[in-house]
Amino acid sequence: MMDKPETMPEEHELIAFRVGRQEFCINVMMVREIRGWTEATTLPKAPRYVKGVINLRGSVLPIIDLAVRLGMPGKAPTERNVIIVVQVLQRQVGILVDAVSDILMADKSAIQPLPDVTSDHAKRFLKGLLAMDGRMVSLIELDGILPEEDLEAA
Amino acid sequence: MNVTVLTVDDSRAMRDMLRHSLVAAGFRVIQAEDGLHGLEVLASESPDVIVTDINMPRMDGFGFIQAVRSDAARRATPVLVLTTEVDVEKKNRAREAGATGWIVKPFDPEKLVDAIRRVAA
Amino acid sequence: MEDPLAAIKVTFFQECEEQLAELESGLLAMESNVADSETVNAVFRAVHSMKGGAGIFAMDALVRFAHIFETSLDKVRSGVLSATPPVVAVFLRAADLLADLVRAAREDSAVDEARIAALGVEFERIDHLDGAPEAAHVVPASECSAGDGGGQSGGVSTWNIVFTPDQALYAKANETALLLRELHRLGEVEVELDESGLPELQDMDPEGAYLTWRVTLRGECGEEDIRDVFEFVQEDCHLEISKAEPYGFDPGTVITGDNGFKFEFFAPIVEEPEEEDRKAEVKSEANVQAAVERPDPAAPAAAGAPPPQSKTVQAIAAKTEAASSVGATIRVDLDRVDRMIDLVGELVINEAMLSQRVLEAGIARSSGVAMALEELENLTREIQDSVMAIRAQPVRSVFQRMPRLVREVAAMTGKQVRLVTEGEATEVDKTVIERIADPLTHMIRNAIDHGLESTDRRIAEGKPAEGTVRLTALHRSGRIVLEVSDDGGGINRPRVRQKAIERGLISPDAQLTDEEVDNLIFLPGFSTAEQLSDISGRGVGMDVVRQSIQALGGRISISSRPGKGSTFSLSLPLTLAVLDGMVVSVQGHTLIIPLGVIVETLKPRREDVFPLDGDLNVLKLRGGYVPIVDVALCLGYGAQHSDPAQSVALLVEGEGGARAVLLVDAIHGQKQVVIKSLEANYRAVRGIAAATVMGDGRVALILDVDAMVQNTATDARRDLAESRQLEASAGER
Repeated sequence: MMDKPETMPEEHELIAFRVGRQEFCINVMMVREIRGWTEATTLPKAPRYVKGVINLRGSVLPIIDLAVRLGMPGKAPTERNVIIVVQVLQRQVGILVDAVSDILMADKSAIQPLPDVTSDHAKRFLKGLLAMDGRMVSLIELDGILPEEDLEAA
Repeated sequence: MNVTVLTVDDSRAMRDMLRHSLVAAGFRVIQAEDGLHGLEVLASESPDVIVTDINMPRMDGFGFIQAVRSDAARRATPVLVLTTEVDVEKKNRAREAGATGWIVKPFDPEKLVDAIRRVAA
Repeated sequence: MEDPLAAIKVTFFQECEEQLAELESGLLAMESNVADSETVNAVFRAVHSMKGGAGIFAMDALVRFAHIFETSLDKVRSGVLSATPPVVAVFLRAADLLADLVRAAREDSAVDEARIAALGVEFERIDHLDGAPEAAHVVPASECSAGDGGGQSGGVSTWNIVFTPDQALYAKANETALLLRELHRLGEVEVELDESGLPELQDMDPEGAYLTWRVTLRGECGEEDIRDVFEFVQEDCHLEISKAEPYGFDPGTVITGDNGFKFEFFAPIVEEPEEEDRKAEVKSEANVQAAVERPDPAAPAAAGAPPPQSKTVQAIAAKTEAASSVGATIRVDLDRVDRMIDLVGELVINEAMLSQRVLEAGIARSSGVAMALEELENLTREIQDSVMAIRAQPVRSVFQRMPRLVREVAAMTGKQVRLVTEGEATEVDKTVIERIADPLTHMIRNAIDHGLESTDRRIAEGKPAEGTVRLTALHRSGRIVLEVSDDGGGINRPRVRQKAIERGLISPDAQLTDEEVDNLIFLPGFSTAEQLSDISGRGVGMDVVRQSIQALGGRISISSRPGKGSTFSLSLPLTLAVLDGMVVSVQGHTLIIPLGVIVETLKPRREDVFPLDGDLNVLKLRGGYVPIVDVALCLGYGAQHSDPAQSVALLVEGEGGARAVLLVDAIHGQKQVVIKSLEANYRAVRGIAAATVMGDGRVALILDVDAMVQNTATDARRDLAESRQLEASAGER
């Protein structure tokens, strides 16, 4: 589950973005569009990392605050924040990040496994590390980014 | 050489099946839903072969074939009749109307393609 | 990767549904003697077309039964059999069986062979009924196998073929060159052209046929293979095929054996019927087991003679005439229409946003910009209405299922029932149609089972023995109203009341109007297993019907007159894509409350609010008490109870008639909103039914009132019962 060879061609394009002081990246193929922050409509009794929903050309798009989702302290978004609209399985989700930082070309072999000390929480969303020009970029896995259905029942 | 086949059948499933079989055999396929629609299509298309059903609303296969045969520009177009009938009378009526040949349903794609090939110049 | 055949199969089953509906309505028209010849044709075509499609997928039972059915229908079509009531009754039962066979094929489940056989017998019986000369003649597959094709013994043979096309061959767009090309595929060919029949140029008909072709064919083929080449043209040419072998016989040679066996070498003019039987056997392997009915013995004799021309011409004329009255239609993927509805929804929002900006910019209403904008607004509304209309469909498809239901329930209950339907052409959104079938089914079952009295009782009361159930549809003030009424005994109010008391739904001394008593049947827990019969039972009570109607934003009501019957009336929105809502705000959040559930708006006074049980407050309302739902608290928008005196209260009625008062901060007016799914990209959220996009481009949530009402602190049912008892005891004072 950590590394899915079939979704990772030998060389692929990654989009890198900043959340707090960290840098993350996802496969560019998942990205549908990038847009500025707009005020979201709060959903009742949603987890703290769900900022709410916005209107994306007629469909209702949930916004996930990636910082909070990864266990970092969140802060109120401003106009400078960016929403990356990604396709996760059958759904479209907006990911709230601080800024888009780079487009990277990465070789599959350049992806290193996570160090053992990584917390379980982080392991849930990270699937590897990339060392790029002295920066460390974490490759992120978005499949589990939305709250699970069973949270609803709880 | 790209042979164009016009199929005339009111059943969507049958049309899909015809299209599927004929496209797979390399034909260009155009389709109509009944005899009248077939004539409309013929106003702008010149298929090499026509495959038509008999029982259809609005204009049935007999009427359609007669109309094709009485059109100077289309009269030389081979028309194959698609029918589940084992009934001689139906087939004869189709022949009387000017059908070039027939295909008995349920057809297998090979027989269908073979019949078209036989009448296509 | 989708399997194309699987997709065709899906289409086939969709088409079957349409054809079954067509079949049923056609047969019903025949039953009530309003069928014309085109109806009979359509009925025939429906069965015929299902048979054809089923053949593609080798659905044997379906093909087999459709064939038997079709054969009988064809007799009606050709006037051999007349559609008397007993005959149509068999057809209707056959249509029911055909529907079941289609379902069995779709679900890949077992086929009821006994029923097929039983109906087969009935078909034979009706053939006799009408004094039709021949019974269905079943030919075992083995008997109709082809004879020896003639010399198909393998090895290379040499054949002499003499072929003289008639003019008719060319008239049917057959070509000698193509036939020769086909022969060439069978082996080595030598062609010799005999032009001795060619007349002098001045006598020649340009479209005439004067040539004879003599072909010598050497190859590994039998006479059958050669005949196959000429299959299409055998009637339009003179054809001789003979084996060029030293011991060959000339056509016409007769061999007589010791035992009187006689064999004659014919000039090879193939008899059509033989050819046909062979084909039936070879080409329809799927149904070799099927009862192949022999063609009418008269047919081969008549085969050579052209059918009376005038009849054909008349038929064509009639068809063409019919065609002009049929509007042209296209089939469109629902996805495309939905996409368009989404886009138009967007357009409406954008237009509203633009208007707002123009207003904010301080542009005068009389200016050209504002006027153009108004025109745009009108145009946008018109586009929206037109797009919505694309999804609208007549309720006919649902109504057409009911006659069968009525027949079944009538048979089970032993009652005589006549179903009258009105307003089949009334249109409503496709999604609504799909979801009203079940409630209607239940209501019609209920009307026959509980509404209508037994035949004996009806006669004793001087009513016609046959009960009438009426199903009507009509448009009324932007909604569709469906009514199911019966001319039965009406609701037995004392019994309903007694039952409600037994079930603890009302207190024994509750004062209820007739209307209130009638409405008790909708309460959850009113219908119990004890009173459910097989027919209207299935574990479903009227409360479930009411619930499913309310889930569609609809309402159900009942009116009943003792001894005269009952009428259930459903009122539903015309579409599920838009909703009439009340725009409210709660703690700065904009919310939409479906207008359909709102009974009235109130301005509560602080002294009318009483704490009941823990967190639950009730509002004293006209002598009764209704639980209060604090929307802000319920959705987690606020932590404190709202001050009722600072709030607006909306009296709502949810599922099962449960009432509650919703507290909100303010009401901002009514608005028609386009419904957007939350689940598409997120998931279901408790308390929220869906979302919509407002004029400012922001998302607003649509409240799920049923969930809210149920959410009310503890057990909503108990609250309801308590409040009803409170109401009842309050009424006493």
